[in-house]
Amino acid sequence: MPTPQAAELTARSIRKEFGEFVALDDVSLTIGRGAFVTLLGPSGSGKTTFLMVLAGFLPPTAGEVHQDGRDITALPPEARGFGMVFQGYALFPHMTVAENIAFPLKVSRRSGAEIRRRVAEMIEMVGLSGHGHKRPAALSGGQQQRVALARALACEPAVLLLDEPFSALDKNLRGQMQDEVRRLHREIGTTFVFVTHDQSEALALSSTVAIFDHGRLQQAGGPQEVYERPANRFVAEFLGDINILPISGAEAQGGVGHGRFEGRAIRASCGAAGATAALAVRPEHMRLELGEPAGGNAIPLSVTDLTYMGAETRLHLVSGGGTPVILSVPTAAMPAAVTPGAAVWAAWAEDRGFFL
Amino acid sequence: MRQITRSLVLLGPLLILLALAYILPFLGILRWSVTLPEPGLGQYRAALSDPLILSVFWRTLRICAVVTVLSVSAGYAVALLWVWGGPVARLLTELCIFIPFWISVLTRAFGWLSILSNRGLVNSWLEGAGLIAEPLALVRNEFGVIVGMTHFLIPFAVFPIASAMRSVDERVLMAARGMGAGRARIFWQVFLPMTLPGVLGAALLVFVFSIGFFVTPAILGGGRSVMVAELIYLRIFQSPDWGLAAAVSVILMIAIAGFLALLLRKMTPGDAR
Repeated sequence: MPTPQAAELTARSIRKEFGEFVALDDVSLTIGRGAFVTLLGPSGSGKTTFLMVLAGFLPPTAGEVHQDGRDITALPPEARGFGMVFQGYALFPHMTVAENIAFPLKVSRRSGAEIRRRVAEMIEMVGLSGHGHKRPAALSGGQQQRVALARALACEPAVLLLDEPFSALDKNLRGQMQDEVRRLHREIGTTFVFVTHDQSEALALSSTVAIFDHGRLQQAGGPQEVYERPANRFVAEFLGDINILPISGAEAQGGVGHGRFEGRAIRASCGAAGATAALAVRPEHMRLELGEPAGGNAIPLSVTDLTYMGAETRLHLVSGGGTPVILSVPTAAMPAAVTPGAAVWAAWAEDRGFFL
Repeated sequence: MRQITRSLVLLGPLLILLALAYILPFLGILRWSVTLPEPGLGQYRAALSDPLILSVFWRTLRICAVVTVLSVSAGYAVALLWVWGGPVARLLTELCIFIPFWISVLTRAFGWLSILSNRGLVNSWLEGAGLIAEPLALVRNEFGVIVGMTHFLIPFAVFPIASAMRSVDERVLMAARGMGAGRARIFWQVFLPMTLPGVLGAALLVFVFSIGFFVTPAILGGGRSVMVAELIYLRIFQSPDWGLAAAVSVILMIAIAGFLALLLRKMTPGDAR
């Protein structure tokens, strides 16, 4: 439910150089009205630089940023009116929680009564009732995070930018805060742009994931799309474990690729890109079989190791030619006969494999 | 326990030196203050009731307060330039802070004398430009003392303030800017309050330091603007009145110790504000 004031942001061919170093190279991305977009990538990939360009803190070397079709490239951050949550929260240490949240409202010259009403509303919304008079130093990391969110959202910004907001939190708290941010996005409906280096966070939170590497946008799409149809090997490997099988004699025919893996015929649907010498299959998309299945893609493997991980068990396998394969199986469905040294089969559906 | 023993062994020579060179003589002065010329607290009564001595105390407090305000304000500006200036401004500021440290306090006082005296640089320029007929009284009075002391103490104000400025997270300032705050608002409502602990530390340090000043006020005050340290000197070397001089010394010592205790409490980490 996008609110009327949620903005659409468009970046056109953004380039950013720091001296000789090219931090961003020809990045174009449209962030839809009310969307939740995560900028994902390893450190040094340019994701934070891109956020700073959107925020206006860094002027791009080339390219334009548009808000609802209006060119805002030259607009300084104080004139853009975006909300921002910084890494490390960046709260005002000498002000109380209420004063922190009131600061942007005072800057925008709201009336005293409105400031009081809005501060109370925001404190309530992020679940900090009763903490308004405390200084940030007296709060836990999660609570400080909530103050930062409340402060950034106080002025009902058209866009909320978040720079690795959860990187300092432990895993459980992280999960809680992710739910919290998702709830806030649903309730407020404003456009969220969220930077993270954690792929599961990106997949769990967003409507669009934009993956960066070496200053270039590698792929942007829905979580399922980027995970199951990665545009290239970097995206495939960055988003999770993946098995890459060398394919010989690969050729495409009517949207289906054919080839051989260690002599066995393999089929996989492929788009216009065609078939290549590397077929990728996610570990959870492979099925464990004790004997050779009747049809479809299947390869014989031998078990080298098992890792018990609670709900699932990971099987480390190797093919006759020495290609390592990982398979993940629900622990409850794990056959007892599978022990190191055992010979098994891995099978997968035609549409689960893709050429890289 | 072993840690403490080792620290004591390492610190031992310093403690012994301090005891011999500082605490023992001070105990001697404490004894004079209650025994000369006759036993009793008479000298303290005299020191705290003599209008001349009281006026010296008040002048000292007044000068030190003015010097503290001036040094800390100027020190804040210098620290800003040092921490946030461009590379060239930073280097120049650094030189201007450190070079005075290598010049003796005596040389610096005489330097100011030659700038501020009746036939000094300032007066001859102003006279040459036809702005004044008579030389201005810039030295041998409180004004001269304040100028000389402020010049000496600015670097001591710069260090605590600069360290407070360096510990300010730049992202907090960016956050304020992102919320639409202008430069003036960011400075007065965010940056200054965040560096205030450093300012208070600098003020206490400068104030404590300035109370005991001797050479600068003696030269630039020209005997007409006597401060406590000079009073003690005069009572010992010119009008032998050792008991009174000792009593004034002890009063000065207690005042400084009080301010130092305050300063230490301010500087102790974990006890912030």
